Amino acid sequence: MKFKVNNNEVFASTGGRPFDKKKPLIIFVHGSGLTHMTWVLQTRYFAFHGYNALAVDLPGHGLSGGESLKTIEEMADWVNAVIDAVGHKEASLVGHSQGCLVTVECTARYPNRIKTLSLMGGAGAIPMNPELLSLAENNDPKAVDLMMDWAHGPAGHFGGHPVPGLYHINTGTMLAKSRTIQNTLGVDFRACDNYKNGFDAAKKVKCPTLSILATDDKMCPVKEGKKLAGLIEGSQVDIIDNCGHMMLLEEADRVLTVLKKFITTNYPPLST
Amino acid sequence: MSDKKKELKPNTYKFDTLSLHAGYQPHKNAGSRQVPIYQTTSYLFDDVDHAAALFNLERGGHIYSRISNPTVGVLEERVASLEGGTAALATSSGMSAIFLTVMTLCEAGDHLVVSSQLYGGTVNLFRLTLPKFGIKCTFVKPRDTEGFKKAIQKNTKGIFGELVGNPGNEIMNMPEIAKIAHDAGIPLMVDATYQTPYLCKPFDHGADIVVHSLTKWMAGHGSSMAGILVEGGKFDWMQNDKFPTMTKPYEGYHGLSFAEEFGPTAFTMKARAEGMRDFGPCLSPQNAWNVLQGIETLSVRMKKHCSNAEKMVKYLLNHESVAWVSHPSVPDHPDHELAKKLLPNGRGSMIAFGIKGGKDAGVAFINNVKLASHLANVGDTRTLVIHPASGTHSQMDEATLKFAGLSHDMIRLSVGIEDIDDIKNDFEIGFRAARKPRLVSNQ
Repeated sequence: MKFKVNNNEVFASTGGRPFDKKKPLIIFVHGSGLTHMTWVLQTRYFAFHGYNALAVDLPGHGLSGGESLKTIEEMADWVNAVIDAVGHKEASLVGHSQGCLVTVECTARYPNRIKTLSLMGGAGAIPMNPELLSLAENNDPKAVDLMMDWAHGPAGHFGGHPVPGLYHINTGTMLAKSRTIQNTLGVDFRACDNYKNGFDAAKKVKCPTLSILATDDKMCPVKEGKKLAGLIEGSQVDIIDNCGHMMLLEEADRVLTVLKKFITTNYPPLST
Repeated sequence: MSDKKKELKPNTYKFDTLSLHAGYQPHKNAGSRQVPIYQTTSYLFDDVDHAAALFNLERGGHIYSRISNPTVGVLEERVASLEGGTAALATSSGMSAIFLTVMTLCEAGDHLVVSSQLYGGTVNLFRLTLPKFGIKCTFVKPRDTEGFKKAIQKNTKGIFGELVGNPGNEIMNMPEIAKIAHDAGIPLMVDATYQTPYLCKPFDHGADIVVHSLTKWMAGHGSSMAGILVEGGKFDWMQNDKFPTMTKPYEGYHGLSFAEEFGPTAFTMKARAEGMRDFGPCLSPQNAWNVLQGIETLSVRMKKHCSNAEKMVKYLLNHESVAWVSHPSVPDHPDHELAKKLLPNGRGSMIAFGIKGGKDAGVAFINNVKLASHLANVGDTRTLVIHPASGTHSQMDEATLKFAGLSHDMIRLSVGIEDIDDIKNDFEIGFRAARKPRLVSNQ
């Protein structure tokens, strides 16, 4: 569906079901340089089971208009504005990687509106490798290739996608190259590198929170994910073996199973 | 000791490694080092919720082997990885891959611009069969790049061609034709069977969909029929209103928009969800496994195919019984320079040559070679020969033969990986017979 936030058109996948204001809202926030498409193996389930599942394209990404937002704080405010824009008063948030920084910051800023928080491959800070940052800011496609290498665990490098016939790494590469790299990945990496408020924001989170971490995640290692989770009162942690940072694709079924249990328990769907 | 900072390099697997490993994780398959053959029609659901989730495309997995199968899935991912594509869909043959590609793209009333130099079966599909579905085609000579542009109509939905034409070895200027297609907001579909991804990756040159007959070089062993369509993932289906079946809600899946939901894999998702469901040209798991065995040695075989082909080109060019030789490695081949650009790892192992003495000599040659096999296939590890005018293209009338660039003296040669001296010795027997066709046929 399309709607406007700050006068810019926003695209959000609704998981293949029409948007229905009566249903509780879950907003999925993608990682650096990516799009709503990364959530396809999670959103459709929730959309078919009593929720409005909105996988947004951040401004300047995917099918959304406008320019990429330059700070995590701006993105957090933007996610809050999405809740208003679609006519809701509250939402559950799900983030991946950079999306975790955004959703933690959003939850800290708007504690009364965010009902549950689910973090995948999250950390309190995501400092960037300077060379990778420079490549992305200079529009070098090598930045995408490096990101796809580091973002997939050893098993993920072989493929074995849960959807028959899809090849992970090339699909991720196409998503990250679908818009100008320096305007998406470059801006996002800089925003991650500059963001220093993650640990303080985490201390303010009071809603039920789930962290899904992966043993072979090189971008946000388990140690960093646990550190963040440790600051959030009552946070649940689920660790997936033999999986990298792209757990939402590499181990899509496992992620969906854990996410489903957590969200349906803490933020029940509209019974049909 | 150097204090030079090490340059960052992606460590994703390279071609030869992907040929052996892509698409398969042993630890998820009982530790089986070899890809298992899942010889089954259907798959247990955990519960009704799981069944509904699979039918609604809410999660990945298998329902029924007409739609997908784990062994076939490994093959699909492996070819997608080798081509640099986002997704692939394997089919029962190369022809069914082409048919499924067209039916995923087009509806009745649509139009395609098609290269005239194609395998005879493909020509018949576009010329005779697709019009029965209301899809019309305009044929353009592959070297007539501007002709592709002129042939595009308001209802044109794509351009289709073989990268290297069958059997004349004409090469499409893929980068330029891709630009023409993209300027018109339509995709370029390329049959790259002759090249395999070892010789050319069409997505790097602008193609949007690649099809293969896997029966040929990809498998190599000539034991199994198989085809595949591969998606490049770059084409924007939402840029115009030409592709409503990709962009508008689809009644067959609860109003799903394939382009919105699946982006760079939308075409393959639609081809599987709709095409495999409704037409059903599925690949058997046994044949998928057979093709996987071939792909494991693809680069090794292609090097030998190309090396033998270049030696055969030299041999034929210097032979008294040969009127002409067409192969992109020949310096006076009209596409010699383009071939260097598009086929940097080798120019392929298909050679067309004219035999002195015309049709009778051609028939005598074919009837007398002993090592080379006379059959309707290409890309086997064994050397294959055929006389197109009386074989693969025999269903064409005189005018169509001429338009397809065929002549009665043409022999199509698919060079195998036997010892090169044995192939040459065998050809000497054929040429001797061709010089005395009547004498030999009376013996």
